[in-house]
Amino acid sequence: MATSKGQILDFGDAKYKVIGTRPIRHDGADKVTGRAIYGGDTRLPGMLYAQVLRSPHAHARIKSIDTSKAEQLEGVRAVVTGKDLPPTTSNEMIDLGEGAQSLKFLRDNVLATDKTLYRGHVVAGVAATSLHIAEEALGLIEVDYEVLKPVIHALDAMKEDAPLLHDFQTTQEFGEDTGKKSNIAMHSIHKLGDIEKGFAAADVVAEYEVNTATVHQGYIEPHNATATWQMDGKLTIWTSTQGSFVVQKQTAAVLNIPVSDVKVVPQEIGGGFGGKIPVYLDPVAAMLSRKTSHPVKMVMTRADCFEGTGPTPGSYVRVKMGASRDGKITAGDSYIAFESGAYPGGLVGAAAMCIFACYDVPNGVIDFYDVVVNKPRSFAYRAPGSTHVAFAIEKVMDDLALQLGLDPIEFRLRNIATEGTRRVDGVVYPRIGAKETLEAIRDSDHNKTPLKGANRGRGVALGYWFNVGLQSSVTAGVNVNGTVHLVEGSTDIGGSRTSIAMQFAEVLGLAAEDVTPTVADTSGIGYTDVTGGSRVTFATGMAAHDAAQDVKRQMLERAVMIWECEASAAEFVDGQYRHKSDSSKSLSFKDIAAKMEETGGPIVGRATVNPAAGVGGSFAANVVDVEVDPETGKVDILRFTVAQDAGKAIHPSYVEGQMQGGSAQGVGWALNEEYFYSEDGVMANSTFLDYRIPTALDLPMIETIIIEVPNPGHPFGVRGVGEANIAPPPAAIASAIHNAVGVTLCDLPMRPDRVLAAIQERGQENQQLAAG
Amino acid sequence: MPTVWIPPLMQKLTEGKGQIEVSGTTMRRVIEELEASYPGMRARLVNEEEDKVRTDIAVAVDGEISREGLRRKVGEASEIHFLPAMSGGRGRLSTKE
Amino acid sequence: MSKTHVQCVLNGENTEFLCESRESLLETLRENLGFTGSKEGCNDGNCGACSVIMDGVLVDSCLVLAVEVEGKEITTVEGLASPQGLHPLQQKFLEHAGLQCGICTPGFLVASKALLDKNPNPSEHEIRHWLAGNLCRCTGYDKIVRAVSDAAEQIK
Repeated sequence: MATSKGQILDFGDAKYKVIGTRPIRHDGADKVTGRAIYGGDTRLPGMLYAQVLRSPHAHARIKSIDTSKAEQLEGVRAVVTGKDLPPTTSNEMIDLGEGAQSLKFLRDNVLATDKTLYRGHVVAGVAATSLHIAEEALGLIEVDYEVLKPVIHALDAMKEDAPLLHDFQTTQEFGEDTGKKSNIAMHSIHKLGDIEKGFAAADVVAEYEVNTATVHQGYIEPHNATATWQMDGKLTIWTSTQGSFVVQKQTAAVLNIPVSDVKVVPQEIGGGFGGKIPVYLDPVAAMLSRKTSHPVKMVMTRADCFEGTGPTPGSYVRVKMGASRDGKITAGDSYIAFESGAYPGGLVGAAAMCIFACYDVPNGVIDFYDVVVNKPRSFAYRAPGSTHVAFAIEKVMDDLALQLGLDPIEFRLRNIATEGTRRVDGVVYPRIGAKETLEAIRDSDHNKTPLKGANRGRGVALGYWFNVGLQSSVTAGVNVNGTVHLVEGSTDIGGSRTSIAMQFAEVLGLAAEDVTPTVADTSGIGYTDVTGGSRVTFATGMAAHDAAQDVKRQMLERAVMIWECEASAAEFVDGQYRHKSDSSKSLSFKDIAAKMEETGGPIVGRATVNPAAGVGGSFAANVVDVEVDPETGKVDILRFTVAQDAGKAIHPSYVEGQMQGGSAQGVGWALNEEYFYSEDGVMANSTFLDYRIPTALDLPMIETIIIEVPNPGHPFGVRGVGEANIAPPPAAIASAIHNAVGVTLCDLPMRPDRVLAAIQERGQENQQLAAG
Repeated sequence: MPTVWIPPLMQKLTEGKGQIEVSGTTMRRVIEELEASYPGMRARLVNEEEDKVRTDIAVAVDGEISREGLRRKVGEASEIHFLPAMSGGRGRLSTKE
Repeated sequence: MSKTHVQCVLNGENTEFLCESRESLLETLRENLGFTGSKEGCNDGNCGACSVIMDGVLVDSCLVLAVEVEGKEITTVEGLASPQGLHPLQQKFLEHAGLQCGICTPGFLVASKALLDKNPNPSEHEIRHWLAGNLCRCTGYDKIVRAVSDAAEQIK
């Protein structure tokens, strides 16, 4: 079988020793032997097991909760409900790094008090000596619900007569309270140029509207939290999280205690994709620990993960664009409505930044709405919003290309966003790699290989994610044998600790194996923002780079001491510390490390970053071949290629891994995944059997092309790659299906029954045309 | 002078103008200048109580979202945009707020 | 609830434990015996994260009651390596980067071992078919399949 190495197209000219190599990850042995401790593996003496009771209704008012029978069950040690939440009058917004969240809504989501707003909304928690007993106790809790009419889809929730989730929510329009009571929490508009003039100048126009179903991040590891709240008020939490410091922040805020009383110890994490940033279990585990004076462990069931966490919004997107005969886009008009779930979310803002982001649209309107519905509160799922809008706009682009008689890639290239292009939301691009990424797909072996056979088609699509910077801290202690222990705070979801160690090693001319990374808890490292937003290799890597420079500076000082020379006489060249004018004086990192104690003591490097500039967005493009079975509507992926601009691939295997993983999630999103709602507004398929994510049998090998257009904002040119790759797959697959069997599918997922219905409808239309 | 791009939903405060040049070396100064010429701007952008940019608004200076809020320095040729932040509501759960 | 005494061979060692009749093998391994390598992803036999080999057969340990393992031989991920070093599958998973978050990895390693024990020279399709009972959300399976194929080469 062919080697694991994909293609790399390097547009930069830097040469590196460690960066670009593929060392075995530092935590590898632990992960393949079962020794690595994930949150669910936490075991403490005297530990109790807890579980939560969830509302079975999509929308209900809690009239009363009677926990007395549950409390009396042998083995039950404590029960909590919403009334046990410590009182707070704060109305603060908590910054999660990737967006902010209202404390009141966060608390309400953790434990409902007045209303339950979605099936799965937590109403009580029970701690017992075994999980089985806790589960039995849940069955003894009596909740009197007044069932209310639910509203499930965005467009329904926006109607005048829709049931309101929040009696006092009024639509916010860019800082202005409109005073209108509505499920529309937020409405905003981006405008550039004049779309009336733009459409008037268009020779061809195309418009599509799409609906996308709610989908889940699908991490294999359920949410978990183990808490010990001691007599002295100190709370320690062991959890699988994308951000120890935001767990600390949120938990302290919900429980109304100072952050200094909360220590979060991140365990290894089994997938997040954005979903493990908000807290769900941690405050409940803490409250149960306080009541019992024991450690309390909570792990979600798989159904809880689907029904009680933060899936991506379902959406409605409409895009109309016009182009002139010479193949240039003249105008783009779009409307986006996102379901934020039970509480306002704001992810639609990200969609609005992405919708026209791949192209130069000189006249554009983006009209967007954040709408509450009776579903779990949505949260980030890998480039949140970008997949939804790509699914809409890429259809329009294909249609315009067809009308103009242009090759779809050529049409896109004629309008591709480049340095200096102004987005409809106003932002002007610095150096970006959109063109190179799309050209790589055009010139790929895959695209150059003709596709033959009935019911087969090829599709192409492009997607974007802006990435973030945010805060990271790194410290590095030099060991006496010339190795380094590197401490950072970015929880490692996918191998990032090694990429960070490699960046540190590169600066100092060390081997990757000689830099041992550790992810510390909140008491062991400076504040570090979440692992998300494609930021870790970029920002924490930058901090590692800076910490290495700090170490280098100290090493030079020690060399000066050892040689008893002038400070200006020492220099660092190629991993060696040399005397500028005496070539016999040359010391290695190891040499100086061995003499630390006698030259002044320990050498510890440190750095913090909060990059305001230079983040660098990433573009991803796909070419995909499908075969459609015209009798069942099943779509098989025959061949799949993804190209993505990584700026600089620190560890290419893990960059390829991100590209392949996001692509696989995109395939599931395209063809099969959805929250299937019954008539009473509850999810009917909350198991891995019926919420079917792709298996090894559903995918071919995923060919990767890493584009390296260096990001001028990072010392090694890094652009975050975690996310943009999930944006194009549904769009590319839709395009391939269209080219295979001539149908345009506008709803996600493009399930077999929908494909079949479309084929049959087209067949009937063709018959009518032929007859008429 | 720095240029502020006025979000479409705020243009009724600026007599329909979409781009306004204002003097100022920090965001604080820029917003003060805007308020002086177009009253009502500040209330839409700033949380007075906490003296910071509202959490549901993101400030982008020269294409990059800034976390420094009112303290952010702006250059002579800077371009300033206001975008809706990814933010989850203002938490009104009862009439008491 | 009274407990049952069970004796089995776990990763080559004679092992005995007490369990309630409602406990799954997965629960016993993780909570009772401290072998947390096998993971719980769904608890209803759909994700394979809890895969173990029982008397030569690949099973989801969440679907096996602990009392059922009386007299049986169980292999978990903790039993793959030897004092001499990592099993070739483990080594190849690392070399090919066949893991990202790693939560599904124990299940994949055990399932792959069961495959290679039965079929030492599987094709790509055979590998994918056999491993379709193990879900991975991070990798897209590409590097996992290559790692298994490479390990098969190595073992031969």
